[in-house]
Amino acid sequence: MSILVIAEHDNTSLKDATLNVVAAAKEIGADIDVLVAGSGCSAAAEQAAKVEGVSKVLHADNAAYEHQLAENLGLLVADLGKDYSHILAPATTNGKNLLPRVAALLDVAQLSDVTAVVSEDTFERPIYAGNIIATVQSEDPIKVISIRTTGFDAVAAEGGSASVDAVDAVHDAGVSSFVGEDVASSEGPELTSADVVISGGRGMQNGDNFKLLEAVAEKLGAAIGASRAAVDAGFVPNDMQVGQTGKIVAPNLYIAVGISGAIQHLAGMKDSKVIVAINKDEDAPIFQVADYGLVADLFEAMPELAEAL
Amino acid sequence: MKVLVAVKRVADYNVKVRPKGDGSGPDLNNVKMSINPFCEIAVEEAVRMKEAGVASEVVAVSIGDKSSQEQIRTALALGVDRGILVETDEEAQPLGVAKLLNEVMKQEEAQLIILGKQSIDGDNNQTGQMLAALGGMGQGTFASELKIEDGKALVTREVDGGLQTVSLKLPAVVTTDLRLNEPRYASLPNIMKAKKKPLDVKTPADLGVELKAGVKIVKVAPPPEREAGIKVESVAELVDKLKNEAKVI
Repeated sequence: MSILVIAEHDNTSLKDATLNVVAAAKEIGADIDVLVAGSGCSAAAEQAAKVEGVSKVLHADNAAYEHQLAENLGLLVADLGKDYSHILAPATTNGKNLLPRVAALLDVAQLSDVTAVVSEDTFERPIYAGNIIATVQSEDPIKVISIRTTGFDAVAAEGGSASVDAVDAVHDAGVSSFVGEDVASSEGPELTSADVVISGGRGMQNGDNFKLLEAVAEKLGAAIGASRAAVDAGFVPNDMQVGQTGKIVAPNLYIAVGISGAIQHLAGMKDSKVIVAINKDEDAPIFQVADYGLVADLFEAMPELAEAL
Repeated sequence: MKVLVAVKRVADYNVKVRPKGDGSGPDLNNVKMSINPFCEIAVEEAVRMKEAGVASEVVAVSIGDKSSQEQIRTALALGVDRGILVETDEEAQPLGVAKLLNEVMKQEEAQLIILGKQSIDGDNNQTGQMLAALGGMGQGTFASELKIEDGKALVTREVDGGLQTVSLKLPAVVTTDLRLNEPRYASLPNIMKAKKKPLDVKTPADLGVELKAGVKIVKVAPPPEREAGIKVESVAELVDKLKNEAKVI
């Protein structure tokens, strides 16, 4: 048995999500190799070699892999992956884009968003917006698994001393090309790895009012999220969405502001350690999951909170 | 060009689905069933392509038991030209669905297929990507914008941290994210008209696909319940609790 972990990185550095996936791999229990595929990504590969518990880093460096196009990477991972018992990636947009492609090329099923390891072939994963936890067993020879990073505590980023082996194989499917990107420049921490998250919902009324959250976020070093209602209403971009179909977060402190608490939103944040809800509707369902609820007008409470911190 | 759109019958998104008493699976008895919300967005996008003269014909495909005809009829009422049901009483998992759709796509010689990025029952987010792999096609997943230009699909994708645009050779696979469009409602006359639109029924065997279940549900259980906490009276009390009781700030 051996496990191939697909690293999440931006060519210059390894993303934290990789550390959670290595943690999941350790629970399965086998040799762990990490694939860092990109272009000019040797720094990320060096970082991966230092991660606790990693035996070997496979470093595939080619222009074809620069933008993580699933059509090219899928061929590479399916080729390398056929010698492994498990192939793991984080359930980030990259992982979600790539992994099913790998599974189909290997003619095996995939397990998505795994939150717990029961045994080498049996895992837990949420279905129906997290209203049901399913224990599922893979009957395939290669288990292809995306890992919900909030389910596993990250391993140490330092302390390992894995070898770095170059992979020369170049796979270019020739059916897709990168045109451009528009990456939101946020100064705060990343939503999925922040210790504190403050999210706004429809009650924010417009995008400008998210400034009220920024003032609090600055004081707490928090990332800012949003409910689907706020995204649908066009207040903020979709990459801020927390919920079943957006990002899954589990910070130490989650502050929901003007969010009613639809099941789809709860699915994305209910594993947070401490939940605070601020809403003027005392019957809002969000209060049923909140450790601390404050029935108040957010437009008065938020400036007061920023002041008090 | 011909555009396929995949639709799935799922428990309505307003329903809180619970496990069956014996833990063998979700309890769907007497649960309202609807078209998966992301599939609805896919239908809307395909119909808009037809209205814009980009698509010559739009065909809705569903995989499931007989009752999935309802969701195909919904798609027809929204403006889709005809439907295909691949009928099976077995549970079709994403890889099996992808194989079936790949065969339908070949038979229909479609240039584009639009699917929802995930269905809200299994929350797998796999089928579109698997289909693209099987057909050797490019994939534009989590799309917030789709254009056809110079025989290629230009897809803007919702990714962690922002947006990415890719160009795909046709035929290609696109999966929808929330902001791609806002689906319309079907009008009564269109619902009536939809009843007369053609709906073919095929079987997996007709398409030469054998469904196998690679993943077995061992058991299902409700998630751990989170207990409601307390209400605080003021911002000052909230800050005090977070500092001295929860110790998180």
